[in-house]
Amino acid sequence: MSRLVVGPFNRVEGDLEVKLEMSDGHVARAEVVSPLYRGFEQMLQGKDPRDGLVIAPRICGICSVSQSVAAAAALAGAQGLEPAPNGQLVTNIVHAAENIADHLTHFYLFFIPDFTREVYGSEPWHAATAERFTALRGSAVRQMLPQRAEFMHIVGTLAGKWPHTLSLQPGGVTKWVAANEVQRLLGLLAGFRRFLEQTAIGVALEQFADLRSRDELFALLESCGPTQSDLFQFLKISEALRLNRLGRAQDRYLSYGAYRQTSGHLFARGLRDGDVRQQLNTGLIAEDVSNAWMLGPDTALHPFDGVTEPDGHMTSGYTWCKAPRLAGHAAEVGALARQVVDGHPLAMDLVAEGSNVEARIVARFLEVAILVPEMVRWLREIRPADAFIAHGETPNDAEGAGLVEAARGSLGHWLKVSGGKISNYQIIAPTTWNFSPRDAAGQPGALEAALVGAPVRNGETEPVAVQHIVRSFDPCMVCTVH
Amino acid sequence: MTRPAGNMHNLLWLQSGGCGGCTLSLICAEAPDFVTAFETAGINLLWHPALSTETGRQVTSIIDAVLSGDVPLDILCLEGSVMMGPNGTGRFHMMSGRDQPMKDVIAALAEKASHVVAVGSCAAFGGITACGGNPGEAVGLAWDGDQPGGLLGGKFSDRAGMPVINIPGCPVHPDWVTETLSQLTAGALTRDHLDALGRPDAISGSLVHHGCSRNEFYEYKASAEKLCEAGCMMENLGCKGTQAAGDCNTRAWNGSGSCITGGYPCIACTEPGFEEPGHPFVETPKIAGIPVGLPTDMPKAWFVALASLSKAATPRRLRENATSDRIRVFPDRKKTGRKS
Repeated sequence: MSRLVVGPFNRVEGDLEVKLEMSDGHVARAEVVSPLYRGFEQMLQGKDPRDGLVIAPRICGICSVSQSVAAAAALAGAQGLEPAPNGQLVTNIVHAAENIADHLTHFYLFFIPDFTREVYGSEPWHAATAERFTALRGSAVRQMLPQRAEFMHIVGTLAGKWPHTLSLQPGGVTKWVAANEVQRLLGLLAGFRRFLEQTAIGVALEQFADLRSRDELFALLESCGPTQSDLFQFLKISEALRLNRLGRAQDRYLSYGAYRQTSGHLFARGLRDGDVRQQLNTGLIAEDVSNAWMLGPDTALHPFDGVTEPDGHMTSGYTWCKAPRLAGHAAEVGALARQVVDGHPLAMDLVAEGSNVEARIVARFLEVAILVPEMVRWLREIRPADAFIAHGETPNDAEGAGLVEAARGSLGHWLKVSGGKISNYQIIAPTTWNFSPRDAAGQPGALEAALVGAPVRNGETEPVAVQHIVRSFDPCMVCTVH
Repeated sequence: MTRPAGNMHNLLWLQSGGCGGCTLSLICAEAPDFVTAFETAGINLLWHPALSTETGRQVTSIIDAVLSGDVPLDILCLEGSVMMGPNGTGRFHMMSGRDQPMKDVIAALAEKASHVVAVGSCAAFGGITACGGNPGEAVGLAWDGDQPGGLLGGKFSDRAGMPVINIPGCPVHPDWVTETLSQLTAGALTRDHLDALGRPDAISGSLVHHGCSRNEFYEYKASAEKLCEAGCMMENLGCKGTQAAGDCNTRAWNGSGSCITGGYPCIACTEPGFEEPGHPFVETPKIAGIPVGLPTDMPKAWFVALASLSKAATPRRLRENATSDRIRVFPDRKKTGRKS
């Protein structure tokens, strides 16, 4: 048995360290360390509930819109407020814009540069990969950054700025949208679609979203000939390295449901553990602190009753991250989980033999392909003459939960108000689920499970397979602990 | 690794007690994008936590090479506040792979750097991470809120004799970063370009109020009462645009926006202590009906006199639009003078 500490584990959002035990050239055990504690849940105590909308989203600079949507939904729940229909549409558009931008950021900036590493220098695909995907210097990043920046004009137009917009409120949004702005954004989306179809994905978005199996996906890749999109270039690498066999977690997928519409969510809410989608009972969520540097009761607590008290002496445990569990079980969250819970045939087929690195990447592109046409539809549904916000009173004593889907998966804010002030505010972020430490029963989180069995080459100090697995989750460490 | 060729400048970027949002804002830079801006400025990025290939031991060796003096460090950028807690130990952020408090790594690197740049209000002053009793004991590089101090002390000066350069904002505007760094590498940023808080005058020389799309409402004190109303947000909704540094309304965010075009009051995120305004962010504290926190350099009596005069002169168009959820009354057509 040998040991490795990998850190700083970069090209993730925030700070990460991974401790590995290896035997026979494979990872035998992994511990995931979140080394930064800031204390947002403590800061929010005693604040005016409306201030939560300013403070809580600043947990995270990469999913700050998701944090805003969750904070607004928690307060709306406490107020018993329904958002104005226009407000919900604009919220969905802004939220989808952030999630799509995050998926692109993940692929181009965080994930794909690992395949340009020297360890792959003798692979037939390496030269082309290095030309296209080398961090900061490859041709892809130069193409993608301006496209992404222009795409984010959607948030500039509808919500002022990104990240840390303040426009998303419990009853809708603080900006009315005029008819000409709708038309401008439709044009912007058409340009962005061209980039996706010609460069990133390589085929019509609808054609990609209609794929039903991994075989169909690879048949499409073959039929597209030698000029290949960035996704297809990755899929060839994935096939060569068998990334569809790497990084299996527990195959238990959770989604709170994404993008509220008049009839339910665009992507369904639920839990998939085996073949059937189950109803989600969020009352069974509890956070365990057995291996976190946290004080508090030994029993796991539902977030409405959660306690955040850091152990400054760091006496026992190995991370600042708590361990959320659903009915005592760990779960995987993210784009893949969302699409599997929603029952998308391609996502289901990609995980037929277990979750894996390739499936996590393809699922993000699948979401991008589905969401861009949905954004067009939401824009057209805006009725500029109607209200964009509903106003509510700040409650004296109430509670509310804001459960949303960030790019990286299920995000929950649980708010309690007493005497007109915040008396408890608990947050469980997507990477809190995925990168949780072991719980009292010794059950690992999704990443700790996914790393077991990962191959380690001779002499590797930062095993490249471990890097692929870790980054396939698109971790956001600043959210994880907050 | 030694000094890069020609006029290249080595830059090391670190993150600590923050959200990473300043880097995410930076990658929204346009015309030019930040990669082009950095290249043009002659910046050689030694390492950036979110963007560079190097991971693990490769990073540790880059940092060691700077600390030993083998690699010159021209610019050290810190994003996020410095975590001093618990009890001054810095254990709330141990640098991964190094088993050393991040605050100590930052302090050691700052000694080696020709210039030290705080990117964002957290790194500059403590920022949002110092909110609510500051459980993490977050401070800025050379400031603790509006008091000199922080990690490096108020008297800190870099190897070139400059204080810590504070690029404020929550987040920063991408251009504030690319332009400040470009000025720095061009030798076009001196102590004279910094205000008393170490902020470049390109940022601190403007108020958010300048170019505000609601200026006409401000002139007549035609005020919004609720969010998503068209009027001025200073009187009732806590807007601090008249007191906050920044060219947010003359330099677009994400193509065309600003907090105010998004319908939200300025929370003065470029100012130290913005995280604890002492009142709810969306309420203007008042004494005897008069907002406290008037424009910083205007005599109060004059403000009150002008305000009552302008309120009396408010055109119907502005009075009605101010509390309307969009512009409903449009400007009158100007008479052309042509006879039909």
